[in-house]
Amino acid sequence: MLYREAGQFKATYAEDSQIFPIRQDKIGFWVLMLVFGVAVPLLSNEYWLKAILIPVLIFSLAAIGLNILTGYAGQLSLGSAAFMAVGAFAAYNFILRIEGMPFLVALVLAGLTAALVGIMFGLPSLRIKGFYLAVATLAAQFFIVWALVKFPWFSNNSSSGVVTAQDVTILGYTFVTPESKYVLTFLIVALMALLAKNMVRSSTGRAWMAVRDMDVAAQVIGFRLMRTKLLAFAVSSFYCGVAGALYAYTYIGTVEPEGFNLDLSFKILFMIIIGGVGSIMGSFLGAAFIVLLPIFLDNVVPVIFGDSLGAGFVSNFQLIVFGGLIIFFLIVEPHGLARLWQIAKEKLRLWPFPH
Amino acid sequence: MARQIGDVIVDLQNISLRFGGVKALTDISFNVKEHEIRSIIGPNGAGKSSMLNVINGVYHPQEGQIFFKGALRKKMEPHEAAEQGIARTFQNIALFKGMTVLDNIMTGRNLKMKCNFLQHALYWGAAQKEEIAHRIKVEEVIEFLEIQDIRKTPVGRLPYGLQKRVELARALAAEPHILLLDEPMAGMNVEEKQDMCRFILDVNDHYGTTIVLIEHDMGVVMDISDRVVVLDYGKKIGDGVPEEVKNNPEVIKAYLGTSH
Amino acid sequence: MQFFIEVLVGGLLSGVMYALVALGFVLIYKASGVFNFAQGAMVFFAALTFVGFQEVLPGWLGLEADSSVVFWLAFLLAFIAMIVLGIATERIVLRPLVNQPHITLFMATIGLTYVVEGLAQMTWGANVRGLDLGIVDEPIAWLMDNYEIGVSKFDLFAAGVAASLVALLALLFQYTKVGRALRAVADDHQAALSIGIPLQTIWRVVWAVAGFVALVAGMIWGARNGVQFALTFTALKALPVLILGGFTSVPGAIVGGLIIGASEKLAEVYVGPFVGGGIEGWFPYMLALAFLLVRPEGLFGEKHIDRV
Ligand SMILES: Nc1ncnc2c1ncn2[C@@H]1O[C@H](COP(=O)(O)OP(=O)(O)OP(=O)(O)O)[C@@H](O)[C@H]1O
Ligand SMILES: [Mg+2]
Repeated sequence: MLYREAGQFKATYAEDSQIFPIRQDKIGFWVLMLVFGVAVPLLSNEYWLKAILIPVLIFSLAAIGLNILTGYAGQLSLGSAAFMAVGAFAAYNFILRIEGMPFLVALVLAGLTAALVGIMFGLPSLRIKGFYLAVATLAAQFFIVWALVKFPWFSNNSSSGVVTAQDVTILGYTFVTPESKYVLTFLIVALMALLAKNMVRSSTGRAWMAVRDMDVAAQVIGFRLMRTKLLAFAVSSFYCGVAGALYAYTYIGTVEPEGFNLDLSFKILFMIIIGGVGSIMGSFLGAAFIVLLPIFLDNVVPVIFGDSLGAGFVSNFQLIVFGGLIIFFLIVEPHGLARLWQIAKEKLRLWPFPH
Repeated sequence: MARQIGDVIVDLQNISLRFGGVKALTDISFNVKEHEIRSIIGPNGAGKSSMLNVINGVYHPQEGQIFFKGALRKKMEPHEAAEQGIARTFQNIALFKGMTVLDNIMTGRNLKMKCNFLQHALYWGAAQKEEIAHRIKVEEVIEFLEIQDIRKTPVGRLPYGLQKRVELARALAAEPHILLLDEPMAGMNVEEKQDMCRFILDVNDHYGTTIVLIEHDMGVVMDISDRVVVLDYGKKIGDGVPEEVKNNPEVIKAYLGTSH
Repeated sequence: MQFFIEVLVGGLLSGVMYALVALGFVLIYKASGVFNFAQGAMVFFAALTFVGFQEVLPGWLGLEADSSVVFWLAFLLAFIAMIVLGIATERIVLRPLVNQPHITLFMATIGLTYVVEGLAQMTWGANVRGLDLGIVDEPIAWLMDNYEIGVSKFDLFAAGVAASLVALLALLFQYTKVGRALRAVADDHQAALSIGIPLQTIWRVVWAVAGFVALVAGMIWGARNGVQFALTFTALKALPVLILGGFTSVPGAIVGGLIIGASEKLAEVYVGPFVGGGIEGWFPYMLALAFLLVRPEGLFGEKHIDRV
């Protein structure tokens, strides 16, 4: 059947407020879930799982986190990577220091720790806005990374804060193979994405967006600025924290604080700009785009420009392409890939009979 | 008239408000009675909007006291005013531009919604039930204001007149006791104005909502107000029923002196 | 006591250099309302372009590497490069985004940062280079002999350059036609347009001037620490400076710079040892943050209540 909503009448408000009100979308969604949840781990090779699929999922989660704060609640942050660091090191310490700590509990605790730190650095947002706040979040970025390096306790006295993630074991099963790590990551990310979607489509999300669009009006209607903004900081940091923990445990295994630098924070910001500010799906699209682009360039640039240019050229070329794309998207499609996808669907709805 | 005008519910005493050197309001006293339509008029920059902002806590006056339902009100924040049942619309439309009409109006019900963010995250169950219950209320407002066909439209795409109507809808969704309207008919054509007048009168009549209205159109003001207060350069120069105000020499002078 | 004064003076002098970078931000912000995150990248770009030309010019022209012709020609060429960069930015980035929310423009300048950094390193390579301005980094003998206070000649020179640049800019603002137009634009875009001030020309001029400021700042910083990517982080310190001083105030940028410079050095010396050192990296941001909580409008800014 073609992609149509004709003939699908929504009889109740419950049906009208579903995540996918159109049947074809719902089917498409479940097909995607099956493909990425079952087919991909069965069919993919190790390189794809380790170098592309797992990082895409993890960065999607971080991007959802930033999107909640920046896209929905309108508070620009340049410190997402630092909150990932908090999550990664918190998980490490919980597992290290508490005997028999279950992995999933450690993951939640890591998120909560990040949320707490997020609230602390979110406090200035009650008084300042816009790029003033952005500068304040730089404080979080630099301070947190510094603290993790400088206080050896965080990394169990390892030099320059490098830690190696412990084995991931859930109910006696240890996740060793890339396939199993992928499936674990997939399930966690999918669940958290669903929870995020639910939040943003209900009163919590409306409060965030109201504060974003017009804070005075939001207050006059009865939203409490403090509560709303701090909740956004907390939830956002929770997501970034869990993403950071997964980054350490199911992706690279060995992490150091310096790895969660300003550059990574910018990357996550780029993900939401390119993917779509204020869109959960956009977070996935943006993460995929930003993870795939360098791999694509690595393979394509030498072919076009010849091999002689060296690695420096490619990485600088990448910088230019990244920056250029950001400017391009901000000018041409500020709502990013998610919006383009929307437009494509609308076209499809009319096809083959455009009016 | 069926409705019965009640006791004083908002009482402002000797209010003064300054912004740096600008005196927006000087020593103003007036009150609002329950169920009435109270208008504030005056030339541009007279301090009308500032008055509404003082009533619902957006601005805090340097001097004076405000009594609400007989109780002295200390420095009140806007969300506290909202909790007390004060809703309003703004002179320059203050809708949430990135949201649909429906979502904008739903925000009006936030104080009546009790679920927390964890319940929202889980959604199915309490949060969904609550969402639907409030959606039903919102649909009533949508129907009342005759904006059914634009519910899913992002507000940014609507023409000015409709945006003003959506803003009223958002305020009404809160089921307020007191409704503050800052130039709800500005920039509308005659037909739209008539609609808006009808809505205001209906709200006042059906729900007994007290209304404080700022409006430049004298015809409308004199027509629908119970009492009118006149400001000029931040000072009160007249107060009373429309007839009284119309014949007040100082008011006439203020209005002849300006371009009105 | 001597030591304290030494640290303080050293901090104040480096604060002057922060102020110099901050000045570039203020100029652009005043004229176009754009918070130009790429200012730090521009400093890096300018310094790298300068040393880059210094390297290649002798070969092209058959001159001695240390001849003053090479120095000034490289300076001129780097300045021209900054003008071209400014004009291109105005044309490609700012013009299409005019009337967009400030925050969008801000994010666009983050994109610009990447482009500028990439361009700089792609053209000139990424290796660290020295930059010699002919002033040695040694204590002023007279102060050392009489008071035993070590103040670097270089720092003093840098502060002198920065101070003259600030004075020069102030004069330009006050007494030239462009300067007056610029102030008009800063006060009110719409009004400036309506009396026929060509906004785009002003923007180009401002970006060129900001480019010049970046060049001078880049040369001084480069001479101090070497021309390298880390320069962009040094330049980022101008952000807390702006928070202290306010985004629109030239005196604010200077005072803010001095405060940040001095307090960061003092903190590093007196607090650093207790926490493992290296706190310079974040201290300015934390200071700015704490300051914001007390005075969100900055040192010189006016308290602002949103009008509804
Ligand atoms: N937030 C603010 N900051 C500074 N000055 C303000 C602010 N709000 C109002 N004012 C000043 O207070 C005075 C009264 O303004 P107000 O908006 O209350 O007038 P008004 O009667 O509503 O005018 P209009 O008919 O134009 O809406 C004006 O001089 C205005 O400039
Ligand atoms: Mg007004």
